[in-house]
Amino acid sequence: MNFLTELLDNPGITKALPESILETLQMVGISGLVTLLIGLPLGIFLHTSAPGGLRPLPVTNRIVSGVIVNITRSIPFAILMVTLIPLARIITGTSIGPIAACVALSIGTIPFFARLVETALRDVSGGKIDAALVMGSTKMQIVSKVLLPEAMPGLVAALTTTMVTLVGYSAMAGIVGGGGLGRLAYNYGVQRFDSGVMIVTIIVIVAIVQVIQITGDVAARRVDHRSADGGAKRRRRTGSAGAPGAAALDVSVVAPPAGPEQAADHAAADNAAGTADIRR
Amino acid sequence: MITVTDLRKVYRQGDRDVTALDGVSLSVPKGSIHGIIGHSGAGKSTLVRCLTLLDRPTSGSVTIDGRELTAVKDSEIRTARRRIGMVFQHANLMDSRTAAANIAHPLELAGAKKQVIQDKVSDLLRLVGLESFAGAYPAQLSGGQKQRVGIARALASDPDILLCDEPTSALDPGTTDDILDLISDLSHRLGLTVLIITHEMNVVKRICDSVSLLEAGRVAEHGPLNEVASNLGGRLAKALIPLPATPLLPGDSTGPVLELLLTGGNATEPVLSALTRRFDTDVNVLAGSVETLAGQRFGRLRIQLDVHTDMSAVTDYLADQGVAVEVAA
Repeated sequence: MNFLTELLDNPGITKALPESILETLQMVGISGLVTLLIGLPLGIFLHTSAPGGLRPLPVTNRIVSGVIVNITRSIPFAILMVTLIPLARIITGTSIGPIAACVALSIGTIPFFARLVETALRDVSGGKIDAALVMGSTKMQIVSKVLLPEAMPGLVAALTTTMVTLVGYSAMAGIVGGGGLGRLAYNYGVQRFDSGVMIVTIIVIVAIVQVIQITGDVAARRVDHRSADGGAKRRRRTGSAGAPGAAALDVSVVAPPAGPEQAADHAAADNAAGTADIRR
Repeated sequence: MITVTDLRKVYRQGDRDVTALDGVSLSVPKGSIHGIIGHSGAGKSTLVRCLTLLDRPTSGSVTIDGRELTAVKDSEIRTARRRIGMVFQHANLMDSRTAAANIAHPLELAGAKKQVIQDKVSDLLRLVGLESFAGAYPAQLSGGQKQRVGIARALASDPDILLCDEPTSALDPGTTDDILDLISDLSHRLGLTVLIITHEMNVVKRICDSVSLLEAGRVAEHGPLNEVASNLGGRLAKALIPLPATPLLPGDSTGPVLELLLTGGNATEPVLSALTRRFDTDVNVLAGSVETLAGQRFGRLRIQLDVHTDMSAVTDYLADQGVAVEVAA
């Protein structure tokens, strides 16, 4: 009980924690929205412009896919974040704080999400697209009435995975000036040896990840009509089957519990996209 | 009425040309059902893609009710496609849409009003016998029910032609018959011209009025069902009225073997017993089969005659009776 009362009196918990939670949610929310708004069209473009796609543009596709997406994804996030500080200053007018961190967070996760979108769209069978073409669909109608609705369960799962990844990234962004739970855990746990605050912070991060994952799973099930029972049994949790030893190095200091889950997510995305993850 | 004239399609594969369709011509009168049969690789899929303009043919033309489909500009291709309703082997329904929403899909694309769509969809559901499944998702339907939804969807835009690509190849025999009967019934009721691409002879036997045999990108044989069935030496006739192989074993009689094709009236007459009585000889039946095609009865027999029979007299007599005769090798 002594430990609990001590925690409740600790300003790290009473003052800094609520503020940090808000900052983290702010970072994850804004970057998530930006990632969705830019990553979704980018993923659609990657899919439709590929050879044999709806509107093949081989050269542009190779440039966007090979150069922009793969190069951005192969830069370790910590490095990317530091590199993007000048850009963050141009866009947000500041280089510290959660809003500035959103720039690096968005740029870091847009290619990741775009790849997941591309993979989800690839699962829509060519027969459905042929059927829609024969009905007289325009290419835009194929995207809006066939590709997106048919891939919706995969897209929701992709967004869930991306949001979970963002929680991990935001913790890392916290250390280099982004604020949020990452900084709280680092300041108290690492610099002041206040393990109580650190443990509470970790618990909060795990809880946020769980809420995102469960919400995502429920949403994915609701939009999945691919099996007779509405998909309740067949859908497995995205990214929950991780190798225990594969903790992501980039966030293990601040948010160990998010590590394995995230590593598995990366691995799944990378396998799907057929590229090697140079970060590990 | 659909007319295909000298349709050619050449694909470029690496640095050589592959001719998938090598001058295909066919003509299907309005309201009739035409079967296109062929093995895989014969060019069936390419023909489908050219008929729906998913691929542009290299040369030749497709004309529906006097309007040339292959002449339309790329910008008009979408409206042109609506004149062909297509049924796929695996139905290709949208999993995210209910049966009703799947049928409504082509109507939405055509910009129909909500009320019009609703009325039309319930009409079509009734037409294919799925009134009570409007709200069911494809995953909750059986293969046959999915195909019914696929047919209703194909009919939603009031097409001139119903193009069925292997519509029953993924279905069990009982469901196959149900679906074929539905297609046949729709064709008669709506005066719909139907083109069925298939590799199953049973499909042709059950509902087609005429048939084309596609082989290596060409039409090898074609004609109304009763005509091709009457052509004793033809491959379609052999496939329509199949006889089991009956190899002669050592010790069997060495008498001449004949193949007979009995059509129409004489298929029901006792030709063989008349033959034995007239020539006072014995006839050994090696194999036989009777089929009813396009409302007409066809019989095919493989018989062996006595060694000492006067062959030319027998064949002349049979020919007089209107029986086609072929001396087997």
